[in-house]
Amino acid sequence: MTTLALEESAGFDRHTIEYIQRAAASGLYEIRGLGAKRRVPGFDDLLFLAASLSRYPLEGYRERCSTKTVLGTRYASRPIELAIPITIAGMSFGALSARVKEALGRAATELGTSTTTGDGGMTSEERNSSKTLVYQCLPSRYGFNPDDVRRADAIEIVIGQGAKPGGGGMLLGQKVNPRVARMRTLPEGVDQRSASRHPDWTGPDDLVIKIKELREITDWQKPIYVKVGATRVFNDVKLAVHAGADVIVVDGMQGGTAATQTVFIEHVGIPTLAALRQAVDALDDLNMRGVVQLVISGGIRSGADVAKALAMGADAVAIGQGVLVALGCNSDTYVSKDRHISAVEDYAKLGTAPGFCHHCHTGRCPVGVTTQDPELELRLDPMVGAKRLKNYLKTVNMELTTIARACGKQVVHHLEKEDLVALTVEAAAMAGIPLAGTSWIPGRTAL
Amino acid sequence: MANMTAPEAVKPKPVATERPPAKLFDLARDKLRDLNLFLHTRAALEGAPHIHVNNPDGAHSVACGLNANLDVHIHGHVGYYAAGMNQLASVTIHGNAGPGVAENMMSGRVHVKGFASTAAGASAHGGLLVIDGDASLRCGISLKGADIVVGGSVGSFSAFMAQAGRIVICGNAEDALGDSLYEAVIYVRGEVRSLGADARFEPMNETDVAAVSMLLDRAGLTHSPKEFRRVASAKSLYHWHADADQEY
Repeated sequence: MTTLALEESAGFDRHTIEYIQRAAASGLYEIRGLGAKRRVPGFDDLLFLAASLSRYPLEGYRERCSTKTVLGTRYASRPIELAIPITIAGMSFGALSARVKEALGRAATELGTSTTTGDGGMTSEERNSSKTLVYQCLPSRYGFNPDDVRRADAIEIVIGQGAKPGGGGMLLGQKVNPRVARMRTLPEGVDQRSASRHPDWTGPDDLVIKIKELREITDWQKPIYVKVGATRVFNDVKLAVHAGADVIVVDGMQGGTAATQTVFIEHVGIPTLAALRQAVDALDDLNMRGVVQLVISGGIRSGADVAKALAMGADAVAIGQGVLVALGCNSDTYVSKDRHISAVEDYAKLGTAPGFCHHCHTGRCPVGVTTQDPELELRLDPMVGAKRLKNYLKTVNMELTTIARACGKQVVHHLEKEDLVALTVEAAAMAGIPLAGTSWIPGRTAL
Repeated sequence: MANMTAPEAVKPKPVATERPPAKLFDLARDKLRDLNLFLHTRAALEGAPHIHVNNPDGAHSVACGLNANLDVHIHGHVGYYAAGMNQLASVTIHGNAGPGVAENMMSGRVHVKGFASTAAGASAHGGLLVIDGDASLRCGISLKGADIVVGGSVGSFSAFMAQAGRIVICGNAEDALGDSLYEAVIYVRGEVRSLGADARFEPMNETDVAAVSMLLDRAGLTHSPKEFRRVASAKSLYHWHADADQEY
């Protein structure tokens, strides 16, 4: 039993004391990378009810289960056709090196899925390596240009990001190398601030017109996605539908970032689980399920997560942090010339260790993923990275189809919310899924 | 905002139709989609570099996404995003322009003979935007290398976070001119109600005078360059620090 002399305060625990003392010393809020570390209700709080007597399963090793996914069927003459419902989320060149962008493109292309640009424009490496590339139109418009609009396969208008809805991006000066600076039309080495609002439109009525402009420029060929950070999701999704989006991407609060204030990451936005329920409800309310496709992102890690997202009503998922981890983020080694070399000392120099690192903002990534440093970025061989990522995405997809078959589905998109139960009251309420062993959905059905 | 002399073509005059080989579109009859598709695909191929558009009647996205050496004249007022993302083409609007005229322009020239609404030339990377009359809020916001010449005055938050390029303002500027500027430079002839965060007046040097002279000449304006003041970034926000707690 702890003596009173060593009893830790619940309100002012060591973590809080460190926060206050660091703030007092520096006068600056903390900026860091990746996503929320706090525990929030998530897909782990859902379980599948697989087939038994009342449902008939597919034979796991012999019967096919389709994962084909089509996005952008509403207005675009050239919708996006994907082999799997797992896409790579938007991440910037600047946050990531060009070698990483190439690795993402290679893996996505091999698996028949899409990758996405980010703040800072499109690199030749990712365009050339990506069969299907979604081009983001962000508030900063860094590097945004009509040539790349025309050579993209879809356009994603970014309203917000799950890690920082309502906030603009940051790229600290140590990552603004000559190429990044040139692409973003910025002086080399400055701390780059991204706007939080688009420069040429201000609200949903304007967005209708902005989307039509992009359609005119692309001759109505390319799907237009709208991405929102998860806050007032029900209303935002409805407004995006009314604005004319082909695809809506909803990014929950567990979504990652290259650099954002910690207070934003941990305290702004709602969990992916709750966001997905609200997004699906909004599409149902407008009778637009299947007309406007829904992509969910924010902390998706495994085939189980993907299956649960699809069962709740998403058409596809986007993965960011999981992709980085597959490339080696938070690994204790990196691979050079087929040898694993320890990166532990470099983690220590950042004051962290493998498994805990969130120091993307420093540009000193020990495994060469989130860096622009010419020596560090060599620690990620695009071919090695692509192979690892391909393995990861294949595994996730296999897990997805395994669950779908067990639920009796020949098509992963046939997974439905009736296949799910919730483990906790909170998850049941947020996801609109009955608590396991009951028919109770808090807030929706009587106890 | 100070009122300037009324620009030439606020009252649109439909162009005469008997001028082959110029191509004429009449948006009272023709679809915007057909106009833009022609401009994107066939105009250059068919050797029809001179295109006239009558009766735009406030339509949005007129002549956006051009990428050829075309000469487009729009006779009337346009809505949002006229000549958006322009490359190479010369687009003249004989009337007023709605929000986002010449947004994200890369090259070429866009000339608004009347007034322009909000966000004129937003995030434009290159080319020249001339506005004979006034421009509203956020003119040149997020500018990335283009030149803008405004014959009249500009509204608040003009040149917000402008990164590169030049803005010449022959009239006055409202509040927060040049807020959070990076490397863009503003030349203003009239009064400035207030400067934005990190913007400051700087002395005009010979290079500035020559630049203003050249831009005025290209815009067809005759003011003396020496009447202009230079506004540029003090660069105090280039690196994140605790003393600028309201600026980030």
